[in-house]
Amino acid sequence: MTETRLARIALPAGFGLAVLVLWELAVAAFDIPPAILPAPSDIADAFARSTDILWIDFRQTVLKGALSGLVIGAAAGVLAAILIDMSGFLRRGLLPVANFVAALPIVGVAPIMVMWFGFDWQSKAAVVVVMVFFPMLVNTLAGLGAADRMQRDLMRTYSASHFQTLAKLRLPAAMPFIFNGLKISATLALIGAIVAEYFGSPTRGMGFRISTEVGRLGIDMVWAEIAVAAMSGTALYGLVALVERGVTFWHPSQRRG
Amino acid sequence: MMRNLLPVLTVVLAILAIWYLAAFAMNRAWVMDQAARAGETPGLAQQIAATMNQDRARLPAPHQVAAELYDGIFGKKITSKRSLVYHGFITLQATMWGFALGIVFGVALAVLIVLSRVADLMLMPWAIISQTIPVVALAPMIVVLTNAMGAGSLMVPKAIIAAYLSFFPVLVSMVKGLTSPDAMQLDLLRTYGATRGQVFRKLRLPASMPYFFASLKIAVAASLVGAIVGELPTGAIAGLGARMLIGSQFGEPMIMWAALFAAAILAALLIFAVGALERLLNRAMGAQPA
Repeated sequence: MTETRLARIALPAGFGLAVLVLWELAVAAFDIPPAILPAPSDIADAFARSTDILWIDFRQTVLKGALSGLVIGAAAGVLAAILIDMSGFLRRGLLPVANFVAALPIVGVAPIMVMWFGFDWQSKAAVVVVMVFFPMLVNTLAGLGAADRMQRDLMRTYSASHFQTLAKLRLPAAMPFIFNGLKISATLALIGAIVAEYFGSPTRGMGFRISTEVGRLGIDMVWAEIAVAAMSGTALYGLVALVERGVTFWHPSQRRG
Repeated sequence: MMRNLLPVLTVVLAILAIWYLAAFAMNRAWVMDQAARAGETPGLAQQIAATMNQDRARLPAPHQVAAELYDGIFGKKITSKRSLVYHGFITLQATMWGFALGIVFGVALAVLIVLSRVADLMLMPWAIISQTIPVVALAPMIVVLTNAMGAGSLMVPKAIIAAYLSFFPVLVSMVKGLTSPDAMQLDLLRTYGATRGQVFRKLRLPASMPYFFASLKIAVAASLVGAIVGELPTGAIAGLGARMLIGSQFGEPMIMWAALFAAAILAALLIFAVGALERLLNRAMGAQPA
């Protein structure tokens, strides 16, 4: 048990480290100019030099744009699913449409949202809301149908009302699906927030910084921003997975031992 | 199917109705502003007429978008720089290259992970992490690197970005599919004295096919998103993503809306085509209809 747990951490960590070392060696060995590919040590240097700028960009893009959009979009998606679920007619009509829309390249609404809500973080959050809404809606609707007939019948024998059944049986049973949607949304949120910055942004934000630094050949700074984006994305996903483990501890996929 | 037709139609009509109302509400301010400057007070009928066909509407009405789409698809020669077919084809090319690359990479990685426990432990976490990293951030670097390696066109970086998004669903489904044969079936092949290679070819690979086809629809949609996103930070001048950027920079909302809906139509066509292919191949391979 402990051996596999050690391997679970050591192997991927070792692989990542090996890639970094190879990268560093390759840059040195082939004399690759820093304007094309800076060495990891240079990137770390740039990172340490400009933590204040990186923090400003992080706050603008991740905290204000992506996170607020994710929260609003996810809440709206779940709420809409609960409302739609009350009517069988609406569910049959909206589910195929929502499924279809969820597969479309919704990032395309980014220029329209920038036109409507201006350059600041509100338009970024709006893009994220639209991107996140449909996966959340579809997953929640699927989840609300997950409780089986026997369990629902049991609730009826208790003479539970619609909302009691919802709160005590169907929403808890839907949680694995909702978290599945949240995991998809967490990765979409960052993409949406950064894409929207390419259509106009104030003079801060990760997408803005990346595009201006590419223009000035400040490639080490671009990689530092990529590192921040990578860490925020992984942290956001990890946070969702952690909460999921706490909320859906009863689900077979979360049981251990 | 038929049972759902009426509800779906109702929902679609409701969406169109809401769209028209929203177009009226959002475009009204401009109409009233213009009228106030001219010293007029337009009646409701005039207001409605004036909100439904503005060139730079905040929200163009559905029939305007439909007309623009029709003009962009059928009204221009397909070699014209204003033809949506021309731009759609450029994006489609990058999508297909990325899709193919994503399938090859996803399947290869899945085979490696299923065959080797070490590869599973070593690579699977990184495959997941790769998807939590926003590709848009990486995109300009992919352009710089592929340029340095001598790729002349933007097609290569766009295809790589599309593949980056599309390999993951293929990988996950293939791992699930290749490990789907149960112990009984594996035991049977062992009693036949099958080698590891034979077990893989004759049991694992055929068993994984339904999973593989199921992942393709998700992969092709992801690939299209990648191709469009790849056009934004790379300075592309052709393609649906580039069209959106041009519309945004020149303040031409109709171009953005037409490009958005052209992208949606392209996505629908791709998903439909892959779905049809899936049914065809499943039937050819003798799968049970689900």
